[in-house]
Amino acid sequence: MTTRLIYFAWVRERIGMPEEDVELPAAIETVADLLHWLQSRGEGYQHALQYPDVIRVAINQEHVDHREKISGAREIALFPPMTGG
Amino acid sequence: MSAVLVPTVRIQRQDFDVAAEIAGLTQGRADIGAVVTFSGMCRDEQGALSALELEHYPGMAEAEIERIATEATERWQLQGLTVIHRHGKIAPGENIVLVVAASAHRQAAFEAADFLMDYLKSRAPFWKKEHRADGSEGGWVEAKETDAEAARRWKQPPSE
Repeated sequence: MTTRLIYFAWVRERIGMPEEDVELPAAIETVADLLHWLQSRGEGYQHALQYPDVIRVAINQEHVDHREKISGAREIALFPPMTGG
Repeated sequence: MSAVLVPTVRIQRQDFDVAAEIAGLTQGRADIGAVVTFSGMCRDEQGALSALELEHYPGMAEAEIERIATEATERWQLQGLTVIHRHGKIAPGENIVLVVAASAHRQAAFEAADFLMDYLKSRAPFWKKEHRADGSEGGWVEAKETDAEAARRWKQPPSE
């Protein structure tokens, strides 16, 4: 299944693109697995995700924690802690 | 019980008019005794900043603020609630965010506006990037632990 990954702020800048469609390997079950797997995709990803604990994640536009299962996710967004308001 | 209040949430590039937004909530109403507004504005940091650029997550920004606003209407007796958050490039002195909370009595309006802002800061998907007045590359504004702390205090149930 194809999943759309969306990146914001310095996560977007370091990875070097705003979004991409990926085929996730079946072994990727949780958000934490996804963050670990993405780091193997190149230097930009490593730079963006070197401290995975600070990365915030939303699945289908709702906040989730890193233990969340990602099966069935159409859209997963990765971003830094938010600074709105 | 009156009908459930549906908050007004707008994510927009253009500025807003605070007086017009208050009037929009209160005009023709005789049941509102208190209106609290909070306006968040762009500072120049003693002349160091020429602008803030606000990036947002379209779709989720609306959805998340609607979730927060709906929670506020469930926790406090409100007669009206409007939340507006701007995105794009914003110059010092310009508006960034507006919360207008209307209720019969002031305490609910004060508390709801305070809650909205604390939750917006730590949960609404917006990110601020600095544009520096000297033309050098500005960085992304870092999230403050004090903002996360402020949001956590609302985890306690409100006092009766």
